[in-house]
Amino acid sequence: MDWSWAFDWARGLYHATGINLTFVYDSFDRDRLARGFMNTVYLSLICLALSMVIGVVGAWLQGSKLVWTRRIVQGYIQFFRNTPPLVQLYFFFFAIGSLMPTHENRFGFQEPMLDNFTWAVISLSFFAGAFNVEIFRSGIEAVPASTIEAAEALGYNRLQTYRYVVLPLAFRVCLPALNNNLVNLVKTTTLAYAIAVPEMLYMANQIWSDSVNVPETMTFLLFAYVFLVGLLVWAMHSWERALRMPGYGR
Amino acid sequence: MNKLIRSAVLGTTAALALALVASVAPGTATATTLKEVKDKGTLVVGVKADYKPYGFLDSDGKIVGIEPTLAADVAKKLGVKLELVPVVSSNRMQFLEQGKIDLMIATMTDTPEREKVVEIVKPNYYSSGTNVMAPKKAKFKEWTDLKGVPVCGIQGAFYNRKTQEQFGADIVAFKGTAEALTALKQGRCVAFVYDDSFLISKLGDPEWADYDMPLKTIDDAPWGLAVAKGADKFAAFMSDMIKDWHKTGRILELETKYGVKNTPFALEMHEKYKGS
Repeated sequence: MDWSWAFDWARGLYHATGINLTFVYDSFDRDRLARGFMNTVYLSLICLALSMVIGVVGAWLQGSKLVWTRRIVQGYIQFFRNTPPLVQLYFFFFAIGSLMPTHENRFGFQEPMLDNFTWAVISLSFFAGAFNVEIFRSGIEAVPASTIEAAEALGYNRLQTYRYVVLPLAFRVCLPALNNNLVNLVKTTTLAYAIAVPEMLYMANQIWSDSVNVPETMTFLLFAYVFLVGLLVWAMHSWERALRMPGYGR
Repeated sequence: MNKLIRSAVLGTTAALALALVASVAPGTATATTLKEVKDKGTLVVGVKADYKPYGFLDSDGKIVGIEPTLAADVAKKLGVKLELVPVVSSNRMQFLEQGKIDLMIATMTDTPEREKVVEIVKPNYYSSGTNVMAPKKAKFKEWTDLKGVPVCGIQGAFYNRKTQEQFGADIVAFKGTAEALTALKQGRCVAFVYDDSFLISKLGDPEWADYDMPLKTIDDAPWGLAVAKGADKFAAFMSDMIKDWHKTGRILELETKYGVKNTPFALEMHEKYKGS
């Protein structure tokens, strides 16, 4: 598809009004902003998936009979929930990252094992995961004890009860809260710019530093996040509707 | 943040030093002329004290470096005593305007805007530009050697784009120099692109002994030393002084003395003036 009309329009807009949309007509800026957008999407999707897995597994371990398992899960939640995500990113990347084993990169230098993107995934997933554990716990606790007893009476073991009875019910109860947390997670991915992950804010920042078009790029950034988060919310709501059981929860 | 604290400390020190100067030498609130300096018997020069090796504090707390040495040259030529006042980028021109210093040699980039405020003496005595700092064993020779190489930078720096677009480097930009240097040290990038004068100051540190600044400096911007507006005779005197520094190779000599590889600008100026 030919987009040259749009580039001409943006260039004309700049000459006529001073509104400088470099990320439309300048191919270098356009490419890097597009790459930033894709990296944000990519980072968000991975973190969303991982944080949900952490939430489900964590909530199950929280109900363990072993006291140390429960304590470890509790410790994890406290650590990640009580520290700012930006501090976590710095801590993981610069402090823990430097303790990681190194490998020789293609330039013949020793480089730590995990790169900044991986650390962002780890840090953000565990951060959102800590909240997800608590969110799933709220759902699990809403499942009536009689229901669980009924499952036990039918011969389900603890894992089976969790998987086939508790989780499906709990999930429906906690979806709105989960929704909130996942929206927050997508927005928190912007913090990864602190450890030089080339996501959307990082790219936008460099663009407006080069062209001093802060208001224009800011505006784009804002709308891009409204769009991305809107998409997520729409997907979550569809999911909520699809999971709805007539007569349950309302 | 570190820089902010340092600036604040230096600012306070400078303010105290100035209070002292003001109490000893009242009536210096006008543009200082050459005659006034000679009558006063003291040349007050504003220099940096946090920019190794151009102006920094030695272990005794004395201000030393390339620029303080140049200031001493001026005082010697005038036959007056030298007094150094530490300045920072945000107050150096004001100090000159207010007559708190007679002369400013403080790593200042020469720009048309600044020339309107203070009398920047020509020719320029020094210059700085963009370069990279890399481990010696990386053996970079040309900017194009950076193609595909992860290069640390500072978010928002204007040369990031150039390094990426023209030379094909993979820019990994952090918020501040501390993060970028840590990343370089940890091996997350193979070079760090920044102002060459800053890199030179870092390379003077034994911590960075295995690193060097292998490329040719680009985007060179000249530095200007300045006197107050209207001090024409003083400016003319300083202009001769600078020509003489270039002619005799004084700048090159000081660079070598303070462990700085001779900069292309200093070499070029020496070539230009040595015949005169």
